[in-house]
Amino acid sequence: MLKEIRPAIVFIVALTIITGLIYPLAMTGIAGVIFPSQAQGSLIEKDGKVVGSTLIGQSFTSDKYFHGRPSATTAPDPKDPTKSIAAPYNAANSGGSNLGPTSKALADRLKEDVDTLKKENPAAAVPVDLVTTSASGLDPDISPAAALFQVPRVAKARGVPEDRLRTLVANETQGRWLGLLGEPRVNVLKLNLALDALKS
Amino acid sequence: MTLIGWVQIILYCAIIVALTPLLGAYMTRVFNGERTFLAPVLRPVERLLYRVGGVDETSEQGWLAYTVAMLLFHVGGFVILYALLRFQGALPFNPAEQTAVPPDLSFNTAVSFLTNTNWQNYGGESTLSYLVQMLGLTHQNFLSAATGIVLAVALIRGFARASAKTVGNFWVDITRCTLYILLPVCVVFTLFLVWQGIPQTLGSYVDATTLEGAKQSIAVGPVASQVAIKMLGTNGGGFFNANAAHPFENPTALSNFVQMLSIFVLGAALTNVFGRMVGNQRQGWAILAAMGVLFLAGVVVCYWAEANGTNILNSLGLSGGNMEGKEVRFGIVASALFAVITTAASCGAVNAMHDSFTALGGMIPLINMELGEIVVGGVGAGLYGMLLFVIVTVFVAGLMVGRTPEYVGKKIEAREVKMAMLAILILPLMMLGWTAIGVVYPPAVASMANAGPHGFSEVLYAYTSMTANNGSAFAGLTGNTLFYNLSGAVAMFIGRFWMIVPAMAIAGALAAKKSVPPSLGTFPTTGGLFVGLLVGVILIVGGLTFFPALALGPIVEHLAMLAGSTF
Repeated sequence: MLKEIRPAIVFIVALTIITGLIYPLAMTGIAGVIFPSQAQGSLIEKDGKVVGSTLIGQSFTSDKYFHGRPSATTAPDPKDPTKSIAAPYNAANSGGSNLGPTSKALADRLKEDVDTLKKENPAAAVPVDLVTTSASGLDPDISPAAALFQVPRVAKARGVPEDRLRTLVANETQGRWLGLLGEPRVNVLKLNLALDALKS
Repeated sequence: MTLIGWVQIILYCAIIVALTPLLGAYMTRVFNGERTFLAPVLRPVERLLYRVGGVDETSEQGWLAYTVAMLLFHVGGFVILYALLRFQGALPFNPAEQTAVPPDLSFNTAVSFLTNTNWQNYGGESTLSYLVQMLGLTHQNFLSAATGIVLAVALIRGFARASAKTVGNFWVDITRCTLYILLPVCVVFTLFLVWQGIPQTLGSYVDATTLEGAKQSIAVGPVASQVAIKMLGTNGGGFFNANAAHPFENPTALSNFVQMLSIFVLGAALTNVFGRMVGNQRQGWAILAAMGVLFLAGVVVCYWAEANGTNILNSLGLSGGNMEGKEVRFGIVASALFAVITTAASCGAVNAMHDSFTALGGMIPLINMELGEIVVGGVGAGLYGMLLFVIVTVFVAGLMVGRTPEYVGKKIEAREVKMAMLAILILPLMMLGWTAIGVVYPPAVASMANAGPHGFSEVLYAYTSMTANNGSAFAGLTGNTLFYNLSGAVAMFIGRFWMIVPAMAIAGALAAKKSVPPSLGTFPTTGGLFVGLLVGVILIVGGLTFFPALALGPIVEHLAMLAGSTF
């Protein structure tokens, strides 16, 4: 057993340095050169200021913007750091609601949200992704149905014809990869940036 | 359920089957000590390591020396990781100014990553510095994965060799596995992931001002390099709290698909390595077929359950399946498929929150882990877990016809069967024993997030996942308490090493045996009858042991849901 101590020390130190320092640092260097935008987090700048990342959802509450999905992320309570408070789209503390299929809290939340949305657009069926929280709490996307559902509200708030917004949603819809993998989706931040660009 | 959903599932299986013999051939060369195309670059590094370490690469170890070397290696890894967690506040690469991790959480985390579990009682982006993520966790991801693979290879050599005293050299195996298999794949995989959108930076968290004028702090980091090995090594520990559901850990449908492939690819290839080393690739394919049967059964049930949604959703007229805790870019099919894959293997990464799955959809991951993660399984651990079941199966078959059982030319005798049962029985003891304590001990009861049968399922899932070294969770459960940190560490430690040591004892015993040529009375282990029998033994052992617990959790919850109850 004693004879194994020297290799144990040498191999643990050497392999730690190779896999724990050389590998990630080398990859950081190479990735930064080949894919500089992605490596930094796919950030979007507007007038020299970072307004977000294309991959990270953000909270929209104004009628003039398309809204993302509900988010269950939290932040420490400023009054009592041992407790946490709701903080939608907190990109420094990802997570889901973790409410189970027979949870009363989930049932109540869904009913309330569905009722609110039905008032907003009585004509269409409420899309399921617009009332369920995502796994990360940072889902950047909504389904095309969820975007179209919000068109009447946004059109009214902005005074823009609904048809123009439907075209905009269609333009911003990404299909399945090679028509096969994943689900069709609309990136909410990109859609809202395109919406802001409409005016000018 | 949709046609395009099924096409994605079939495509996934086809690619895994196609990659198995290719990677199996390469891995066999690596572990036979043959030259590979990477030798010009890596051979000098390899030789330098042997020289400094004082290792003679031509000399081999018996099973006990091999196991002792492996354990010593783990002691070193534990000390480094625990120290990094405790002192991270004083160390560099810490732009978010994270402070020292408390002792019980550090202990749990160190055991967790050492045992290839990657159970996380902390949120990555809110707890750990970049240095700990790289030097502590990325490195442990490599080494715990390499350990699983080389132990499986040692057991394979036990079957393949005749009248031998040794099963290989641990230092040579671990070095060659890391340098020739894990690192090269990870380098390519990392660049692919960055291309897809995963950050790889040492810069601090980004402060953004949203379109509505709010402040948003966006956590970034050296993510891609860690995600690559986390998936390939079936580790599953997320850089971020939301794991592979976080858009920075899994940005696109394509990144998701390739990550799912990377979970299974090495484990599936090891069945082929087994076939090649024992001299008949069909032996490997038979094992993969048994795994495939169990896998597809799980996928069908989980996909069906999630696509059907829950009573709550359906009664509100919300169609399209159970989207609570799932991401739009993956949808139902890629979330259900991922959940089955990650628990069939001992990965434990999640791209959807299992806690919010339907009762039956969430039961499939639970069953996968309870069976011991032998459906492809953790890299290495899956194969040696499956071989333990094979030993029990040929023993049962031998009892039926009254002959001494044989498998790939080795007589399976009392010692091997006893060791296999020892390893198989420790799993239910840890999973069910700790669950029993967790649901009555008041400080533990307070950790449950959901009421009713779902709360029981959360505790059962936690100890099942930790014992099976999976690491996924019904994440509503508050795991960062003294009770869960300590009891969980025990479950993870026993679940890993109580499996490894008997498996290595079997390797040693088998290597020493003579090889017997097959005769007319030998039960063929490459055909459909054997596959069926193996699946049957696995389900009977798992079913009898765990059915009562499942009845108290997911099954009763499903019935309650049908009756319209909420808790």
